[in-house]
Amino acid sequence: MPIDILMPALSPTMEEGTLSKWLKNEGDTVAAGDVIAEIETDKATMEVEAVDEGTIGKIVVAAGTENVKVNALIAVLLEEGESASDIGSGKAAEPAQATAEPEAPAASEPEKAAPVPAAPVANEALSDPAIPEGTEMVPTTVREALRDAMAEEMRANEDVFLMGEEVAEYQGAYKISQGLLQEFGARRVVDTPITEHGFTGIAVGAAMAGLRPIVEFMTFNFAMQAIDQIINSAAKTLYMSGGQMGAPIVFRGANGAAARVGAQHSQCYAAWYSHIPGLKVVMPYTAADAKGLLKAAIRDPNPVIFLENEIMYGHTFDVPKMDDFVLPIGKARIHKKGKDVTIVSFGIGMSYAIKAVEELSGMGIDVELIDLRTIRPMDLPTVIESVKKTGRLVTVEEGYPQSSVGTEIATRVQQQAFDYLDAPIITIAGKDVPMPYAANLEKLALPNVAEIVDAVKAVTYTA
Amino acid sequence: MATRKSATAASRKKPAEKSGLNGGITEFDKATELEAYREMLLIRRFEEKAGQLYGMGFIGGFCHLYIGQEAVVVGMQMALKDGDQVITGYRDHGHMLACGMEARGVMAELTGRKDGYSHGKGGSMHMFSKEKNFYGGHGIVGAQVSLGTGLAFANKYRGNDNVSLAYFGDGAANQGQVYESFNMAALWKLPVIYIVENNRYAMGTSTARSSAQSNFSLRGNSFGIPGHQVDGMDVRAVHAAAVEAVAHCRSGKGPIILEMLTYRYRGHSMSDPAKYRSKDEVQKMRSESDPIEQVKARILELKHASEDDLKAIDKKVREVVADSADFAQNNPEPDASELYTDILL
Repeated sequence: MPIDILMPALSPTMEEGTLSKWLKNEGDTVAAGDVIAEIETDKATMEVEAVDEGTIGKIVVAAGTENVKVNALIAVLLEEGESASDIGSGKAAEPAQATAEPEAPAASEPEKAAPVPAAPVANEALSDPAIPEGTEMVPTTVREALRDAMAEEMRANEDVFLMGEEVAEYQGAYKISQGLLQEFGARRVVDTPITEHGFTGIAVGAAMAGLRPIVEFMTFNFAMQAIDQIINSAAKTLYMSGGQMGAPIVFRGANGAAARVGAQHSQCYAAWYSHIPGLKVVMPYTAADAKGLLKAAIRDPNPVIFLENEIMYGHTFDVPKMDDFVLPIGKARIHKKGKDVTIVSFGIGMSYAIKAVEELSGMGIDVELIDLRTIRPMDLPTVIESVKKTGRLVTVEEGYPQSSVGTEIATRVQQQAFDYLDAPIITIAGKDVPMPYAANLEKLALPNVAEIVDAVKAVTYTA
Repeated sequence: MATRKSATAASRKKPAEKSGLNGGITEFDKATELEAYREMLLIRRFEEKAGQLYGMGFIGGFCHLYIGQEAVVVGMQMALKDGDQVITGYRDHGHMLACGMEARGVMAELTGRKDGYSHGKGGSMHMFSKEKNFYGGHGIVGAQVSLGTGLAFANKYRGNDNVSLAYFGDGAANQGQVYESFNMAALWKLPVIYIVENNRYAMGTSTARSSAQSNFSLRGNSFGIPGHQVDGMDVRAVHAAAVEAVAHCRSGKGPIILEMLTYRYRGHSMSDPAKYRSKDEVQKMRSESDPIEQVKARILELKHASEDDLKAIDKKVREVVADSADFAQNNPEPDASELYTDILL
């Protein structure tokens, strides 16, 4: 029976890719281990090897096809004695469909069965006051936005440099630093050994001497090795020196759960770092915010924790085409205005919240959705003002529930707007468990849209 | 300049025989001897006063005295030029005075007063002076080694010829980040001098009980970092080693390790009863190897100065220290409004 060759998944978060090149033609014989094609993922161009031996009977997806879904049929391999006429007897013979749809927000799988919203809400930020009216918007991935932010700031200031594992020659473990080595050279784009504690200390020392390091952690999970230097050295030196010297430094990298990478690689540090005086903590959702806030973080004279998300890297948003697009750290953004209930979220939590808002809109509930963007200093006035209007609040984040960002918001809102509340505040977070590996358990451990919808119904006393 | 080969177990000699990188001592001229005497004496008297103020309750928290180790910072500092940077751990009072920081500002920080170097917000272990290129004063054992390597990174990045000095103890020498830093410093040829102040005890644990390899000058071997043991009680030996180490770094050859064989007379901190060593051991070091007495003996022997001259120096030093103590006791505490300043810029 002919063997189906399927589009392989080549990274934890890969959902689709580009079939850039076939290295075998129809009729060529292949042995197991032969490279048959090249596939470009969101992170890199990878070679695909044959697993079985035989003859390429049919190439189903032509070279150059973009957005080929993982597990789509891309070719058929004939075993000895079979001919092209045998094709079709296999179980999966549907050609892959190249899609041009915009990418759905991450972690959408569990919600596929949810009711379709009647009135979809645009998955776009309300116009940001920082963006002049009439500015041209360019669809940009979060990945590109982060790279552009670093490149622009490195061009503007010779003291800015990037340091981390695989940032230079490899072009970034998640391709965030693509092209920076070529433009700025090895002096300013510095590959480090795998030694977070040491290179973080070195970067903080360089910052104390007046340079402006950007430290990329491959993920923030690995920054646990370096957390002493981040907190005891970077965050506290300005205070301990009576204002004489501080650490103008950005710590950035992937934070939170990716996809099925298990407990040690799936943790949100927003609440952790937001606990520390002397740090600023930024966690953008859109590409525009990623760009504008990273530029601000690099210019900030204080240590800034900049929390990204691997799943979001490949997502596309409109980014204003401006010479110097910088957003203020510490300002929330009202993603959607509404009157019935306030939802506050940030980072990838926004992707759940946006879907819930769409669904709730179909039920006639008008949600005001606030993207916090900065966790510390927190823009509480924007939240309070919204709660005074709606009287109801739900928070959404991926981190653990105890001492979460949501519990902090809830505490402060009940202290400052108690009389305006018409219902208890509900804080939605990840579950109180280490992240499991099994696909079903991982979905259960993360927040989901149904929980948010239920929470909003509860605080609005909707049946 | 000695090669890496000199850092072998076989090269370990009795402290008294040791000096410089090759075992040679460059004699000080009269002015240098007198300067070394004055500088070391200032640290000694300052620390004695700090101990006294601690006992009186003017200084709180932890207070780690440098008495006995004075030759190390004084000898090193004499080899530096403007722009070179210094960073150390929590036993930092001597380093600050050697860097030229004012006794008043240091003592007022110890008493937690508003005109202390950190406006009373840092304390004994956390003091800095941007002006004097002193980068702290760090309370986390070993953290200053990575930070000091970062200072060197900044010098290399800027293409200047400044050198950074990262001091740490035999205790910190067992921290993981020290070796992470060694690796990167050697890889990138960073101009940093790692100075291990081996005073034989990490708090109460002797090097023999804490360190599989207690010759700390060898600790850079796997990174190709040359290392040398130096008689840290002889300021001339320290200075000779410092001059060569600074030249090594400034010429772009990368990091170097100097293990200073030294000794602290007092406990780890003011609250340490020092039960882990004998009084005889301490007394022997004091009477046979005291860094200040060594200089004093030479000065008198070579007639660089008379007893009366030295007494005059001592008197001036005591005046500076007394003035700093007076200032530190009478300077007001920081204003309550300072609680919320200097957190963010």
